[in-house]
Parts: sequence; C-alpha cells; structure tokens
Amino acid sequence: MSENRSSGGLNRRRFVQAGGAFLFAAQCPVTFSRKAHAAGAGSMMNSFVRIDPNNVITLLANNSEFGNGAYTVMSMMLAEELDVDYRSIALEAAPTTPEYYSPLFREYLTAGSVTTGSTFMPMRTAGAKARAMLLEAASRDWQVPTDELGTHGGQVTHAGSGRSSTYGELLETIHRLDIQPPETVTLKDPSEFAILGKPARRYEGAGKVDGTAQFGIDIKLPGMLYGAIARPPVHGGSVVDFDATDALTMPGVVKAKAIRAGVVVLADSYWRAQKARAKLKINWDRGTNDGVSSEQFYADYRALADTPGLLAEDIGDAIGALDAAEASKRVVEATYEMPLLAHATLEPMNCIARVEGDTCTVWSGTQYQSNDQEVISRFLGIPQQNVTIHRPLMGGSFGRRSSKTADYTVEAVEAAMGESVPVQIIWSREEDIRSGHYRPLFVHKLRGSVDESGMPEAWHQVAVGQSLMQGSKHDPGYMVRGMDIYSLDGCLQEPFGVFPYGTSYQIPNHRVESHNAPRLGIVPQEWRSVGHTHTGIAYECFLDELADKGGIDPMALRLRLTKDHARMNRVLSVLKEKCDWDKPLAPGRGRGVASRIYNISPVAQAVEVTVAENGDFTVDRVVCVVDCGFAVNPLGIEGQVEGGLAYGLGGVAFGNIDIVNGEVQQSNFHDYPVMRLPQMPKVEVHILPSDEPPTGIGEQATTPIGPAVVNALFNATGRRVRRFPLSSQGFNLV
Amino acid sequence: MKLTVNGSELQINSDSDTPLLWVLRDELNMVGTKFGCGIAQCGACTVHLEGRAIRSCVTPVSAVAGKQIQTIEGQADEKGLSTVQRAWLETDVAQCGYCQSGQIMAASALLSENPNPTDAEIDTAMAGNICRCGTYPRIRTAVHLAARWMTEEQSA
Ligand code: FES
Ligand code: FES
Repeated sequence: MSENRSSGGLNRRRFVQAGGAFLFAAQCPVTFSRKAHAAGAGSMMNSFVRIDPNNVITLLANNSEFGNGAYTVMSMMLAEELDVDYRSIALEAAPTTPEYYSPLFREYLTAGSVTTGSTFMPMRTAGAKARAMLLEAASRDWQVPTDELGTHGGQVTHAGSGRSSTYGELLETIHRLDIQPPETVTLKDPSEFAILGKPARRYEGAGKVDGTAQFGIDIKLPGMLYGAIARPPVHGGSVVDFDATDALTMPGVVKAKAIRAGVVVLADSYWRAQKARAKLKINWDRGTNDGVSSEQFYADYRALADTPGLLAEDIGDAIGALDAAEASKRVVEATYEMPLLAHATLEPMNCIARVEGDTCTVWSGTQYQSNDQEVISRFLGIPQQNVTIHRPLMGGSFGRRSSKTADYTVEAVEAAMGESVPVQIIWSREEDIRSGHYRPLFVHKLRGSVDESGMPEAWHQVAVGQSLMQGSKHDPGYMVRGMDIYSLDGCLQEPFGVFPYGTSYQIPNHRVESHNAPRLGIVPQEWRSVGHTHTGIAYECFLDELADKGGIDPMALRLRLTKDHARMNRVLSVLKEKCDWDKPLAPGRGRGVASRIYNISPVAQAVEVTVAENGDFTVDRVVCVVDCGFAVNPLGIEGQVEGGLAYGLGGVAFGNIDIVNGEVQQSNFHDYPVMRLPQMPKVEVHILPSDEPPTGIGEQATTPIGPAVVNALFNATGRRVRRFPLSSQGFNLV
Repeated sequence: MKLTVNGSELQINSDSDTPLLWVLRDELNMVGTKFGCGIAQCGACTVHLEGRAIRSCVTPVSAVAGKQIQTIEGQADEKGLSTVQRAWLETDVAQCGYCQSGQIMAASALLSENPNPTDAEIDTAMAGNICRCGTYPRIRTAVHLAARWMTEEQSA
C-alpha cells in the first residue's frame, strides 16, 4: 500500500490509512502479474488491463454485474487513471483464477456490498501503472522527460513537440524496451478527479434498452438441448423411480433421467421440455422434512428463545437492570417473527453446461464463480482448472446467485453428463419459489427497560434462526464462538468477528444471545442485506417500543443514542431536517424512522404513511440519508438506494414463503407478491459529502425501510406489528 | 404458420400451442423478450400485437398468425433508438435490465394511447410490469420524459 502514499494530500491519506482489518484491508492492491506480457494481438499491462494495438482498452472485471453497477464503477476507476472515457473501455469477465480473487474474501465472489470499496484502490492502481508504462515508453522513444508528457483520450501527448501517440501505438516500444510495471505509482488526488465522484450512467446501459444485453438465459450454443427439471415436492426429498413413457413420446423430447435435483427432461426447445415434464410420473421419497411447517418453526424457535443462548455480548448488567426495573413498570417485552423469503430474481436461475472428457465449461450468471468451480470439480472428480466459467450479465441476484451449494450450476453439469452437446437448464418461476434457497425464518425475543428520564437503560435480545455459515467452509471466518455473525449483524453495540462496526447506539446495559436453529435441508441463503433483513426489524421496532414507553420522540431518541457516533449522528441530524420530522401530520397518517449500519455505511430513513380504516396503507414519502464515504457514482448510489428500499419494503409488506407439511405453499407472483409500480413511494435520496473511503450501498437501503414503515404504522394507528409480513397482520400496502 | 414480426414475415415451425414468447426466443432467436413468470404476472415478455401490449408467455402462437407483432428488437429504426428508449437511457433506468424490454414495450403502448399520462395513469398502465431491482421511480420519470420529447417532436 505504501506506493500510494507518495502524493501526500490529506484526502489521499484518509483513503489509504483508514484502518480496520476488514474492508480496508481490501483497499490494498491485489498482486498484479509482475510482468507485462503479450496477449493475442494486444498486451496485458497487468492482470486487469489489456491494450490492443488498435487502442482498445479492455478491463478484466472480477466482480459480477447483476444490476449492482459493478461494471460502471470499475470502468470509471480504471478510466480515471488512464484518462479515457469510461464508456470507451471494453470489458470482459475475468477468468476464474486466483489472481482475480477478491482481496477481501480470498475467493472469486461479489457480495457484501463491497465491490466499490474493495476495487477502489486496485482498479485505480491498475490504471495508473499501465499509464506509467505508456509514459515511460513515450519518454524513451521521444527522448523527452516524462513530466513533459500528458495523457488524454487514449493518447500520450508532448506539448513541446506536438507529438502524440495512441496507447496502442506505444505497445511496440513497451515490448522493444521491455518496459515493466513500476513498483510504485502515484494515484490522482481526489481533487484531480474528472470521472470519479460525478454522476455516470450505467456502463452497459445501452444493451439494456435495445434488448441486446445478453443474460445467461439468452445464450444459444450449437446443438444445445434444453432441460426442465421436476423437483421433489418437499425440500430434501428424492426420486425413488419414475415413468417417462408418455413424456418420451412427445415431439422433440430426447431423454429423461434422474439426477440429484429430481428428474430432468431434455428436449430441443424449452417449451417442449416443460410440456414433457408435466407428463412424468414420479414416485417421490418425501424425505425427513415431510412434516415440517413454518408454524412449527415459529413455535420451536419461540421455545428456544426462552432458554439461554450463546452469549454474544454482555455490556453492563442487563438482566440485573431489567429485574430491578420490573417493580417500577419500566420494562417492555416483545417477540418479533420473520418468515422465510425467496429472492425471486426476475431472470430465473439457469445455467448451460458442457462436459467433454475431463473438462467442463459452464455459462452461468453467478456471484461466486470460484465456489462454482470448486463444487463442479469435486462433483466431476476433475482438476479445478479444467472447469471454465463464462459469466454473462444477470437479471438480478440479491444474494441468490452466491449459492454455496452451487445448486443451479452443478445440476446443469449433472444433466449434461453423458450428453455430447451443451445442456441448458432453466427454472420456471414455480421452481424458483418452491425449490429455492431462502432468507431463513427468524424469531427475536426482546426485553428492555427505560430509566427515569425515559431513555433506554437495559436491552436483552435473543435471536433464533438458521445460521448461514455454520458447518460451511466459511465457518472459521464468520462463526464466533459458535455464533454466526450474520444472525446478529446489527444487534450488537460492539464490533463482532470480522464486522468492524456496531449499532451506533449506546445503551448502558446490553446483552445479546444467539441460538442456531437446527438445519433441516431447507437451505438458508443470503438475501439482500443478509442479517439486517430480520435484525433490522427487531432492533429498530423494539427501539421505538422503548421510545414509546419512555415518552421520548423516536428521532430524538436515536439522536441521543448516537451522540458518540459522529457519522450516524450527522446522518440522523440531516434526516430530521430533510424529512420535516416536526411537521404535524393529518389523522390517519404516521411517520417513522429507522437507522442502520451495514458494512460500514450509516443509513437512515424516515417514511410517511397513510392508513385507511381497513388497514390498506400507502407509503407516501421516503427520505433516505446515506453516508457511504466518497460517492464514486452518485447516480448509481441513488439507484441502489431506490431499488434497495423497494426490495426491502416488498419483503416486509408481503414477502412470505410458508411451508406446510414440508411443501412451500407459494408458487409464482400471484401468491408471492412483490413490489409493483403503484406501491412504490416517492423517494428522496441525500448522499452526504465525505472524503472517507467508499463503502457499501447496494444493500444498505434495504434494511431501514421495513422498521421505519412499521414504526410509522404504529404512529398512525397505535397498532404494533410483530409478525411478518404486514399483509398477514391486516396491513396491506396498496 | 407465418408470423409478422417487426414488419418481416417469417415462417414458423414451432408446435401451434407454443407461447409466442418461446417462438420468439427459441425459434427466432429474438431473445430481447424475456421470460419471468409464464403466467401473465410479471410483464417481462411484453410485446405489441397490432400496437397493443400483450403478454407473449400466455399467447399461443397460433392465435397471432398473420397479425402484426412488434418486439423490443424492432423499436429502433435506421434513425436510431425510439424516443422511449432514448428517454430510458437518459434517465439511466436500468439496473439488472432484465425487465426493461417489457417496461419499454409497456410504456410505448401506453404513450401511443395516452400521449401525456399522469403519475396515476402510468402506475395503472404499468402495474403489470415487475421490476425486482426497483427502478420504479426512474420508470415514472422516463415515461414523463418520453411523453415530453414525443410532444416536442410532433410540434417540431
Ligand atoms: S413471463 Fe409473461 S408475464 Fe411474466
Ligand atoms: S432492472 Fe432488474 S428487474 Fe428491472
């Protein structure tokens, strides 16, 4: 990292020195290939930058694009240091080799809203090092000092002599003189930024309005067969035997075979494969989950919450303070219950696989290709480097395409085994809703008290739900003394494990316990903002319950609780003013607030709702204030905030995967409703100026909206919701 | 069977019960029209039939033989992108982009019937088009912008 210190200025140093073992470790450039080398007609200047003689600059992108804006910010960062238009850069998905692994995760993984933060130094460094080589080439070729040279629009220029050369033309000199990347390089000072920090439209936006953007589902390969899978009715069930006689008589149908995921029908079109699937007669073993139900989970988890859990945090003496407060009736108790949720990406899961000898090639929209590669190589018993992954654009992901089991990828490989052609598996929406991975069901039990002034004095929370990480290869990194840091993310005042942040609130007595619920073959999966999807609701709603008990305004309460947390306090102060917090509302209307920190960015939202007699309600206005450090692309940030809160609001308002006798009751958008245009509130986004390093924004806005709305409904009606979704409690978002 | 897609007459061999969506995607390799739900719930598969927005996932190809079908691939012409598409780019609507072909087809059908829709009219007309990325605020903005540009173009 030392190479970037040379330029000195205050802003620069803050970017470089901001500490913390977690995110900012990732700011350090990853190892670039040490030597520049020829690559086809062009040259690899380093791992991330290829320049062709015709002056095409290609970025090898090691973060996935699924709507998050990764390709935009990465090309902006590179373009900034190379002095080119970011839209002129060509972009390829980088191959699945260790040099492209995330320096943060040590895997090829796009997750946790860290793309901008973790590429901010590497991408700029890659651009600056490539530029330094080009300058050196021109300097030696033209016999002029490098400080007389400039770069502009993909050319090196010398003002004194009027000479200029495109980057591509200088490759010959670079090779002839064996010019290598410099050990150190000076990056631009933020005051010199021409691209970063300015609103930039989506890099790959053009193909997304003319229909040419290619998603995985759109890829056609010669001879490719389409596969539709009949999946067990119960999670964890399996095929005993099947009769495909009728299916095989249908036109275009090639084959039906049992794989671990179910029975796959291969045909010459997806429609024919789907139609034939309906004709299969399958004898299922319903497995051990035949009797499970969501209601039983709630009951079991509530019972667990009454027993002592693993102790995550114990500040002061919460139990003692609560017991003492009982006598003066200053105690509140509540249990919050959150259902399973599906991701329901609009592009359903799909994957193309081709297996040839001891090699395998897949075309898969994935957040997590090193894991896909590992799972496939283990499944096929072939070396990992024999598995090639092509990564197209993705029609949404929200965590679903970071599957630890690589479910939708490895099943395509299994379906393609023994076939001489590529096979594409496409999930129907029904499979997506019924047979997916889910945000785990959670129960949070809370007990809290206020002191004589009405401020929170003691907090005792017990979180119960399935762990995402327990027993996985991530167990060592994300489990702390047997507790999953994601189950508790946003509940703890102090940093926990690799998460270097707490709630931003200070409550003098604060105790949090955790239970890992039994794992049952219903696969839990990260869902945009992960733990906060449930902890955010439990924490922020119960905080309002305490505010109510203590007779303190919820905004004033948060401002006081964050007085030692400068960044969140500033976010809340701005929010209070921007949302007209103190302006009275008409009867039937209500206002609510919530604030959260996830992967370092403090975010707070205030909402206004209008509630009708019958419980129908509208969210009329959302004001969101974010501090995500230096705002690399304000236009992208605004979009992520709007989209993130739409996703969170839909989940809280009507998201519910309900299991009865082992079977998911929902199947498509008619019974698993998601946000639609009429329900979308007006959103005002305020990005606070900052010269701190950039931090996450893709998931951050998803978390405060739910509790802010619940708090606003209480404000309007005096009714508290503690079981979700809201639609199950008589509140319908219209 | 013959289909007229974006002005071209094409010979079709798919089974007659095949939804138009899959004929477009799998037989004609026009994959800009997307599959999202298969039951007329999401709007990703929206195309125009005789100028009106329909859900191609529930429209058997036999029902549209000989009729005029427009898809996202036919929106741009030799002069470039359509006004709606330009408004979409200007507003930077797309995130993942998967729903946007359908959104653009729904918006252009709306604007051909109602050149200056209110927010409420946009909400109603486009309620059938899901965007999981939540680009809804920019969709509203882009429809208004397209409406303004179309009016300006007409008076120019
Ligand atoms: S795919 Fe046709 S409406 Fe969803
Ligand atoms: S942009 Fe992703 S679904 Fe609409």
